[in-house]
This record gives sequence, C-alpha cells and structure tokens, in this order.
Amino acid sequence: MDYTWDFKVVADNFPVLLRGVGLTVELWAVALVLGVSLGFLISLGPTSGRRWLQLPAIGYVEVFRNTPVLVQLIWFYYAFPILIGFQLSPVAAAILGLTLNTSAYCAEIFRAGIESIARGQWEAAKALGMTRAMSLRRVILPQVGKRMLPAFTNRAIELAKVTSLASVLAVHEIMYQGRLLSSTYYRPLEILTVVALVYFVVIWPGSWLSARLERRLAARD
Amino acid sequence: MADTLIRIRNLTKRFGDHEVLKGIDIDVRAGERIAIIGSSGSGKSTLLRCINFMETPSTGSIELDGVTLGRASDAARADGARTYAESELCSVRERVGMVFQQFNLFPHMTALQNVMEGLLTVKRRPAGEARERALRQLAHVGLSDKADAYPAKLSGGQQQRVAIARALAMEPEVLLFDEPTSSLDPELVGEVLRVIRALAEEGRTMLLVTHEIGFAYHYADRILFLADGRIHEAGTPDEVLKRPQQERTRSFLARFTEFGF
Repeated sequence: MDYTWDFKVVADNFPVLLRGVGLTVELWAVALVLGVSLGFLISLGPTSGRRWLQLPAIGYVEVFRNTPVLVQLIWFYYAFPILIGFQLSPVAAAILGLTLNTSAYCAEIFRAGIESIARGQWEAAKALGMTRAMSLRRVILPQVGKRMLPAFTNRAIELAKVTSLASVLAVHEIMYQGRLLSSTYYRPLEILTVVALVYFVVIWPGSWLSARLERRLAARD
Repeated sequence: MADTLIRIRNLTKRFGDHEVLKGIDIDVRAGERIAIIGSSGSGKSTLLRCINFMETPSTGSIELDGVTLGRASDAARADGARTYAESELCSVRERVGMVFQQFNLFPHMTALQNVMEGLLTVKRRPAGEARERALRQLAHVGLSDKADAYPAKLSGGQQQRVAIARALAMEPEVLLFDEPTSSLDPELVGEVLRVIRALAEEGRTMLLVTHEIGFAYHYADRILFLADGRIHEAGTPDEVLKRPQQERTRSFLARFTEFGF
C-alpha cells in the first residue's frame, strides 16, 4: 500500500469539526437528561400496579425498542410534521427522536431496578405510614441506583453513538461534518478516522468514570 | 365499651377464589396482649396484616378507637366491602406499628437512620429531635452501641430488635408482631422475646402471631386459635393451651407437647 496520509485537511478544517463535536455533545447531553427523566416517569406506569397505567407504558416501551432508531429519527423529521401541522428543525426532530428512544430504554432499566427490590422493603415503609411516593423516594430508589448504574452507562454510551444518525437529518454534528468534508476533499480515510477517534475521546472518559464509580460503590458493601 | 381500642367485625379476606379469612370478630382492649396461633395457612398472618391494611379486607369492618375505618361503597353495600382512602390508611399505619418476620430493615441506612426514618418523613420531626428519640428507642432494645451499624453487620436478633425500635419510635397505640422470631436461629430467639416481654410488661397493646407457644402462655392475656380462616377457639392461655375444648386445638397443640414445652 502506497497511500500517503495527509492530515493537513483535518488541521485546516479543525474549527468545522470542533463545531460538529459541540453539537454531538449537546445532542447527547440533552437527550440523555430528558430521556432519563422521561424514562423514570414512564417506569412508574408498569410498577404502579394499575392496569390503565401499565398498558400504555408497556406499549410505548415496546414500540421504541422494537423499531430502528434511524426509522424513528426520519419519522419524526419527515412524517411527524404532517400530524402536528408544522415543520420541526432538524435538531429539534433529532432531540425528540433520541429522547423518546432513550426514555423507552431507561423506563425498562428503572422498572427492572424497582422490581428487583424485595416486597418487604415496600411493606416496611408502608407499615410506618409512608405514602407510595415517599417509599419510592426514601427507600426504593436509593437502593436501586447502584444496581442500575451499569445499565445506565451502557445506555449513555449507546446514545452517544446513535447521535451520529442525526446526520441523515442534516444536523451538523460531527458525523455530518465528517461526511461533508470527506466528500469535499476526497480524503475520507483521514477525516473519518479522525471522526471515529473523536467519538472515542468523547465517550471513553464517561465509561471509565462510571466503571470507577461502580467499583467504589461495590467496595462500600 | 370505651376502652375497646380495636373492634373487628365479620372480617373476610379472599385472594381470588380462595377465602383465607371467613368472618372474624375480635375486640382488643387497650393494654391487652393477644397471641394468635394456628398452623400455617390458617390465615393468622393475613388477619394481622388486615389490621394495619397491609392487606385490604374483602368485607367486614375495623374500628380503631371508636372510629370505623373506610366507608361502605355504593356498589358494595350488599356484600359489606368498604373502600379506604390512602391518606386514612397512612394515618392508621402510623398508629398501628408492625414488626415483620423478615425484619425488613432498610439496608442503605444505619440502625439509627432506620429508626429515625418514620419520624423524619411521616411525622416530620426535626432531625435533632428524631435522632434523640431514635437513640432512646435503640437504648430501649439494648442496641445503643449499634446505632451506626448497617443492617448487614447485625445478627438476625439485633436486626429484629432494631425493627422493633423502628416501630416503637412512631409511638403506636398498637403493635402487631408477625412471627417475629420465626426466621431467627434458635439461639437468637431469646433476645427478641425478652424485648417483646419488656414491652408487654409496660402495658402496651399488642397482637402477636407466633409459634412460641410457651411465650404466648406466659405473656398473653388471651389466645386466639385460628383454623381455616375462623377463630376456632379463644380464651385465656390456661383455657386454650391447657384445657382446649376443641379437637382441632388439641391436635395442633399436641405437636408442641409431644416433646414437652
């Protein structure tokens, strides 16, 4: 192979790539925070013991888990506006799709976590006169946090990677910028390799921190 | 009768097609100590759990200190079912403490925090006062030195004593014990029974579901023998345990007397 690497094109377009990284991180952070919060609310349905809350929540989770994220994103950008009567910006559609998708997975993580706590814990809290909400906040959730950490880490990593799909909606995140630059300069090898590296650099510290936290929490038992 | 603290009338409980309680009537006077005995499946735990509404009775009524709980729902007037508001049940549970067979301490809290929890969240007491009261209750069950220990570091007997302190801290009018020593190693049963005995001697109102027939004989005012969801025989410990009238009671007790108790 006599390919001559030339990273000058990357250096020259560094500000463009940097803007892309900024938007990627933004998509990631916003969809993660909203997705986890919404996922928690949705998880209250299946764990409520009330059928009229259970069924819609389960349906929601199943729809988002059993269809491709790419289809969901494209649907929210091209199809959803027909229903609501106005066009969403690419970023808004991407955030909406990523948030709802993440919330479905997070609802499952919360549900499994909450259901893994022995019934006796609910009963002990109830026997003291605590309401369901109090029991959840003071007794149940503090115990599930640790158990759910690995699952949430996986979810966060997965989300960081699927933000790249927003490029098909012309959201100017790092993947979009990378594809644009590589077709402009015909240097896909350098540019896409750098894009992959950028994802790694953005994602890896998070998983490293989470693994450390997990070990520290485990040591506390 | 003014000093009847709990009045249970025609209480039934069914799980699906299975009727666990088939019409129970009990009057509990203030300060009375009642032991409920019977084989497993007789409904004794379910009965206890209906009193603080861990289980909702299917039909029948429970009166606490002269006030009948819940209200007859329109649809249910014919069959005697009642509906209960969550807020009413929470305040009932504040007044009727419960100790479980499996202790059910909160594992992420120290012994002291376990005892403080109800005071902080349910009674909304300031932290300083809650702490002081919780420490007093821990002293009461002889565990002052374990205040900062997590449940995982405590023996079963110690955990159950913390659980008793947790119930006591709420200053309940009635204490329900659901087989409090059944999941303990034999050598740890004594320390828990001694704590319960001390509470009995303080004149607390309590209902105790137990297999400790000897303990029931010495410390209960009244024994209820449950079989098939009914009170089969009731009376003083001497009447029920020494001179049972019913064949069923005799054969139940024979298992305990076979090797002496």
